[in-house]
Amino acid sequence: MKIIKIEKKILSENQKCSIENKSLLAERKKLCLNMISSPGSGKTTILVRTINELKDRIKIGVIEGDVQTDIDAERIRTTEAPVVLINTEGACHLSAVQIKKALKKLPIDDLDIVLIENVGNLVCPSAFELGEAGKIVVLSVAEGDDKPAKYPAIFAKSKALLINKTDLLGHVDFDMERAKADARRLNKTIEIFPVSAKTGEGLADWYDWLRKTLEQTKTRP
Amino acid sequence: MHEMSVAQNLLEKITDEAIKQNAKPVAAKISCGKLNTVNDEVLCFAFEAISKDTLCRDVKLEIEHKPLQAKCKVCNQIFDVDFSKPQCQKCESEDFGLLPDAPLILEEIEFQMEKNHENNKN
Repeated sequence: MKIIKIEKKILSENQKCSIENKSLLAERKKLCLNMISSPGSGKTTILVRTINELKDRIKIGVIEGDVQTDIDAERIRTTEAPVVLINTEGACHLSAVQIKKALKKLPIDDLDIVLIENVGNLVCPSAFELGEAGKIVVLSVAEGDDKPAKYPAIFAKSKALLINKTDLLGHVDFDMERAKADARRLNKTIEIFPVSAKTGEGLADWYDWLRKTLEQTKTRP
Repeated sequence: MHEMSVAQNLLEKITDEAIKQNAKPVAAKISCGKLNTVNDEVLCFAFEAISKDTLCRDVKLEIEHKPLQAKCKVCNQIFDVDFSKPQCQKCESEDFGLLPDAPLILEEIEFQMEKNHENNKN
């Protein structure tokens, strides 16, 4: 028997590619965010509303990850924002190589923000860096207030948490304070925005955060 | 099921090394952090499925999970984070910053030496 020390990173190709994406975006002072959630939490509805309500001042492009179909991409197209669709054909996450190709298809120089809508899944996408400046996790109140405790990895790694569908709060058992406390337990700096993409409640704070974060990206030396 | 991507990547790395060593790999040691969300059973199953018809078919995976560490902002203690009760192990403060999670690493590969190699040695 012979044992050979390797000590190489697995997924190092993804890591390397994500760093290339990150520097491409940083050089151009573009803000890139990676949105992650379970299926049905309302990522696309939040995106459509965000793009429409900010479009006079902020140009947003979208990389849309979906297992199959262009249903979500079509919804984004209604906003006239540029969108590149990636069908993962069964894969549970987007990878940095796919983002690298998608970035080439987006009119990057005309944009301020690139939003990546990851495949609906709270586990796998958290393990793959894409080159984003930050992850945004979306949780809807219908999924239950125990999700931050049950899926700690994604809540620990995210810059912001959108708790969506607050219009349903009277109809489901969701303890907002518990969800917030559990999300902050491993991540003291996470920004939390309870919102309803349906009624618009709470979205102003999310937009402020986006503007502020974009400003920081643009003024960074 | 991102374990499939991890398994694919592992298979490539072990195959490369096996060709370089001109030997048959029989085991591989992997380490990963808590936030990599790798499930041992799923990873082993995925690896078995894709290595079946390759020279890595006999490779047994050994997976070591490294704890997630944090630094206490009150007493500066560095401690392993207990997900069910995240607090400083020394002063019990809940004010801490997470340290970077251990990356997924292929630590080592064990190879079986070919019979004639062993004979030569003897």
